[in-house]
Amino acid sequence: MHNLAFDIAHLLAGGLVLISFMMLYQDRLYALLNIFALHAVVLALSVAWQAFVQNAPHLYVTAVIALVFKAIVIPVALHRIVKQLGIHRDIENAVGIGPTMLAGMGLVALSMVLMLRVTGAADPLAREDLAFALSVVLLGLLVMVTRRNAVSQVVGFMSLENGLVLAATGAKGMPLVVEISVAFSILIAFIVIGVFLFRIRERFDTVDVGALDEFRGERR
Amino acid sequence: MTAASDAVAWVLLIPICAAAVLAVLPGYRLTAGINILASLGTLLAALSLLVIERPQPGQYLLIDDLNIVFIVLSTFVGFTTSVFSASYIAHELETGRLTPGYLRFYHAMYQVMMFGMNLAFVSNNIGLMWVAVEIATLTTVLMVGIYRTHAALEAAWKYFILGSVGIALALFGTILVYMAALPVIGEGQDAMVWTVLISRAATFDPALLNVAFIFLLLGYGTKVGLAPLHAWLPDAHAEGPTPISAVLSGLLLNVALYAVLRFKILLAANPDAISPGPLMATMGLTSLLFAAFMLYRRRDIKRLFAYSSIEHMGIIVFAFGMGGPLANFAGLLHMVMHSLTKSGIFYAVGHIAQVKGTQRIANIRGLTETHPALGWSLVIGVVAIAGLPPLGIFMSEFLIVSSTFARQPLLAIPLVFGLLLAFGALILRLTSLAFGEPRGNTAPAGASYLPMFAHFALVLTAGIYLPGPLVVWFQHVANLLG
Repeated sequence: MHNLAFDIAHLLAGGLVLISFMMLYQDRLYALLNIFALHAVVLALSVAWQAFVQNAPHLYVTAVIALVFKAIVIPVALHRIVKQLGIHRDIENAVGIGPTMLAGMGLVALSMVLMLRVTGAADPLAREDLAFALSVVLLGLLVMVTRRNAVSQVVGFMSLENGLVLAATGAKGMPLVVEISVAFSILIAFIVIGVFLFRIRERFDTVDVGALDEFRGERR
Repeated sequence: MTAASDAVAWVLLIPICAAAVLAVLPGYRLTAGINILASLGTLLAALSLLVIERPQPGQYLLIDDLNIVFIVLSTFVGFTTSVFSASYIAHELETGRLTPGYLRFYHAMYQVMMFGMNLAFVSNNIGLMWVAVEIATLTTVLMVGIYRTHAALEAAWKYFILGSVGIALALFGTILVYMAALPVIGEGQDAMVWTVLISRAATFDPALLNVAFIFLLLGYGTKVGLAPLHAWLPDAHAEGPTPISAVLSGLLLNVALYAVLRFKILLAANPDAISPGPLMATMGLTSLLFAAFMLYRRRDIKRLFAYSSIEHMGIIVFAFGMGGPLANFAGLLHMVMHSLTKSGIFYAVGHIAQVKGTQRIANIRGLTETHPALGWSLVIGVVAIAGLPPLGIFMSEFLIVSSTFARQPLLAIPLVFGLLLAFGALILRLTSLAFGEPRGNTAPAGASYLPMFAHFALVLTAGIYLPGPLVVWFQHVANLLG
């Protein structure tokens, strides 16, 4: 049973990394949002499995929050925003897909080498979880830097926070305070984002962040 | 409940209750008044922490010598800024840049931000501290974007993205600290309580602690505004309302710095972990030199002083990175002096920008002739921030330089070079701003001078005479910082 528990946790965390990779090569906005929803579903499963394995019922709450907010509410809302604002559906990449994928592989290798080396003493389950979590965090960062579109930057940021939730649940017995706050912060962050997207749209008729550059105070 | 835990509770309760009240009340005069009163109440509660007996550190809250310095400084600047903000905002309402609805939002957010900062200071739980820093960040993001101009939106967006990434890295670092504590302390709440962590830190896994500190330094360092993670700072300072620039520079950077210092102490308690000093000293020195060069090309007055904040945070982080009683003492003193001076400068700059109707340095000239009180305040402020005697910053910079010379003479060369470079840039700009043929609007300013004068008077006094008990206190804290 213990081995099975370990394998399933491994599978789910590995799946999360794989889905992060899928985000890297999406060139349609709706597809990216769907992949993000899938990311959140796998995260919810992974958290729920951790709750079962660690016998920590409070983690089920985190899993439900991930499922409801990140897999359903936020993607649906973003879909609506994209539709209502008539945002350009194609995503402009700042860097080509090939180099991005290579960079992603490099980042995953880096996080494996780093985390597996320094956590030698820790419990193997937590150890691998942490390595996967760091990969997801770094891939989320990569999505943010390679995309110019504000919506896809937001998606990158949220996948980054998914990685943090994975790390927090992998650490055994970490108090509830943090999980709730992570969920909470995403909620607030989402409100902020929603407001900003509308405002950006209202001012610029585009959510391409590149358009913002021209208004920097230095060039006035 | 004892008097002590009551005082801690008031520091947190007053801002949060005031925020709830301010969110629903209409009317500019009333809300600005309540804002000032609430800030004054918080300041009094914070001051009472100095005299009463300390409560025992609990699971969530902690009062010790280190954080009292930060709390008193932060509530004081919070109070003076609320006074400045009342007159500043009145002008913004007249010119129609802010509507009454936004004003209500602004005041509520101001108090929520004060709550977040105070919570970060008093929290004994590293998770709670993270949450508090996040609250303070999100509220300031909203306030930076409040004017809804192109530039304000871009600044807020940039601040939001960079700040969130920083805060996410800090959370990862926090989780790693918990992982390092797990085998020693065991599962649950205790492994996140700072006082428990510090007492057992010597037995933690050093490798994990090292990696955790890198994440924490990068994460919270983004919020301190250390180069190369500073990109959000000048924009956020320049495009938001000036009271927010004042609290950003004077307070929010300190909150992040406080978090870095807490983890530095933790790392120093473990003999096998890397020493955090060289990392911090390098980042500090880089920020100082980078900002000093950037100061020369600024054309916007608020941006100029934002880069000066990066420079000074660099100096402070460098001082704490050097470590040792003298450098820590100097770093602490420099932090207090910088907060007071920089927020004072922003009060002056806020009124100047309102009177002249522009933030462009080229369009502001001869202030000492047209607006003597504002002009000369700016002169005093810039002279202070550039580090000329007899003001407070001269003394702290002198202490930092001399302690560096005594211990690492080679590092003192870039340090002094950076200081002189920044000095040159600031004096160059000051001469065109304050003297020469007056340019632009010459209408009298409806300014409130009191907060500005109070800050500069304190800085001047500190430069001439530091009271004995304060010196003893700071020395004690400096030893605590290791």
